[in-house]
Amino acid sequence: MVLRLLTGWLFLYEGVVKAVNPDWSSAGFLLDSGGFMAGFFRMLASDPTTLSIVDFMNVWGLVAIGLGLITGCLTRVALISGMVLLGFYYLSHPPLVATRYAVPSEGSYLWVNKNLIQLAVMFVLYHFPTERIYGIDRFIFGKNS
Amino acid sequence: MSNENNKERDTEPVKGDNFTRRDVLKGLATVPVLGAFAYAYFKKRRYEKMLRGNILDSVDMTAAAPDHPLPPATGHTIRLGIIGFGIRGPQIAKAAGFLHPDDVDALREASVSNGKDTRYAEFMEQDNLNVEIRGVCDIFSVYADRARAAGANIYRSGNGEKTGDMPVVYRNYKELIAAPDIDAVIISTPDHWHAPMAIEAARAGKHVYCEKPLSWSVEETYEVRKVIRETGVVFQLGHQGRQTEAYMKAKEAIDKGVIGKVNLIEVTTNRNDPNGAWVYPIHEKASPETIDWEQFIGQAPWHDFSLERFFRWRCWWDYSTGLSGDLLTHEFDAMNQIFGFGIPDSAVSSGGIYFFRDGRTVPDVLQTVFEFENEKLTMLYSATLASNRSRGKVIMGHDGSMEVSNSLIIYADRASTKYKKEISEGIIDTELPILTFTPGRKNVDAVTSATEQYFAGRGLLYTYRGGRRIDTTHLHLREWLSCIRNGGTPSCNIDQAFEEAITAHMGTIAYHEGRKVRWDREKELII
Repeated sequence: MVLRLLTGWLFLYEGVVKAVNPDWSSAGFLLDSGGFMAGFFRMLASDPTTLSIVDFMNVWGLVAIGLGLITGCLTRVALISGMVLLGFYYLSHPPLVATRYAVPSEGSYLWVNKNLIQLAVMFVLYHFPTERIYGIDRFIFGKNS
Repeated sequence: MSNENNKERDTEPVKGDNFTRRDVLKGLATVPVLGAFAYAYFKKRRYEKMLRGNILDSVDMTAAAPDHPLPPATGHTIRLGIIGFGIRGPQIAKAAGFLHPDDVDALREASVSNGKDTRYAEFMEQDNLNVEIRGVCDIFSVYADRARAAGANIYRSGNGEKTGDMPVVYRNYKELIAAPDIDAVIISTPDHWHAPMAIEAARAGKHVYCEKPLSWSVEETYEVRKVIRETGVVFQLGHQGRQTEAYMKAKEAIDKGVIGKVNLIEVTTNRNDPNGAWVYPIHEKASPETIDWEQFIGQAPWHDFSLERFFRWRCWWDYSTGLSGDLLTHEFDAMNQIFGFGIPDSAVSSGGIYFFRDGRTVPDVLQTVFEFENEKLTMLYSATLASNRSRGKVIMGHDGSMEVSNSLIIYADRASTKYKKEISEGIIDTELPILTFTPGRKNVDAVTSATEQYFAGRGLLYTYRGGRRIDTTHLHLREWLSCIRNGGTPSCNIDQAFEEAITAHMGTIAYHEGRKVRWDREKELII
């Protein structure tokens, strides 16, 4: 449960910070993409309409996932969405041998980075449904364990 | 996370009204975490707001983009003539809304094959300036034909699509200037033709948009200023950097003393390719038959027909003003816009032809140092055409420094007197900018992260969203046209142009003569 709360907090704050900043855009991050899917992510950034959809989904997705994990509400949906988001983050900036990014990284990574670890954490959480004990899902899906 | 004591009861499904008090407590057990989150979040928000407020208070800057509304483009139609359609001519015509159908097709294709390429959409969305191109003149017939096709392309069409009437092609610029159906001229010819054409046009009562630099020789600089003043035509020199938002914001910061007493300005040119070093391609159809060589020579010393000299004229003093007139002037004009210091008191130069040893006479490496005695500051211009090492425009003051490009970044100096208190209290971090401004963003940002700082420095942020990008040349032309229609003085008027040209000439004379050249303010003479 603690792991779930911590992960939720991380997501919620990331989302809220972006939601309150009128100038925030994923454009810089997307344009900086590397690896074999870089073309796809850059394409997302090139069209203003697509970009605004990506921005909206990312910001409110982060907020919703954060809230879901903290309150234990629709937790499995939140976890799956979170893993998909993290998958995108990972694939847009994979720490390959030869990739270099403009976005500064606070650590040193090779193949494995924090996004991947976080993704694995969410995978573990998926298999330990603490939300059925401490969480609103207890009312929705019935208590467990 | 199992609960040993209540294991049996917990395994029962909770449905309908079967909630026990324990169920509700457990189900909502984690909700208070949201309270903690909200508490932490608002504390953080308040801290950042305080920080931002304190920084903006201490730098005394508003958090707004410069207020510079678009000049109106409506009013009577202005009939233009374009003289010179080599490199800059087509760019200016494009900024006015006229592009050769080939170029429209090329932009359109580029936008289809590369979604990131927004140039076509930007061109199509560019406001109509309500002008007609009535006459064109280029002494190379291929360019003249292209100018004619561009001038007729009033619908911004591709090949095979609808266009308007063809403008008249004049073989001699004097005929174009004399044409009664032309109100204003755009001069985008080699440097040695700028002043004579501007003088001729002004005398004929035609408004003038002239490419930089204003003049090729010192003498004609006085003459062109005199004629423009006497005739009262609206004159704009083609330093489109005047329209750059970051420069306007930089001026605001300098006026407010954000970086304290400025003592050194470093401006640079860094290029490293043949095109950047003016080694332009030679057109396959160019020949003595298609080029009016005598008209090209004009006031320059006679030289036999030379394709190199015609297409790469910037490499010879005979037609060019070298790095001083071509690129230093951009940098000087940007700083003159910010500081308004006018002509420097003195100049020294050094440099040479170190890399492009291709027969050119102008240097490819040049340093010129200007002193401004009233302002008590030095402006150093340093240029190389053979290294891309980016050095930017840096303004150094006692309390901070400023880097100006398309964006603006200001740092406090760690030994600043003005910010001493804020630095010691941790409100200002000298490693992070105290202010960044990226055009297109809604606000000036006083608290920036390392990532934002990185992107702002490279102009990468927000380029593809929000307010649409506008060509600065379009804005510069638009300002000129608005002054013709509604009165007023363009931002790079004849006085600014005079300052620009004299400054460039001082740098060039200092280079040629290897001495310190001075400006006598009283007599308005270079000595």
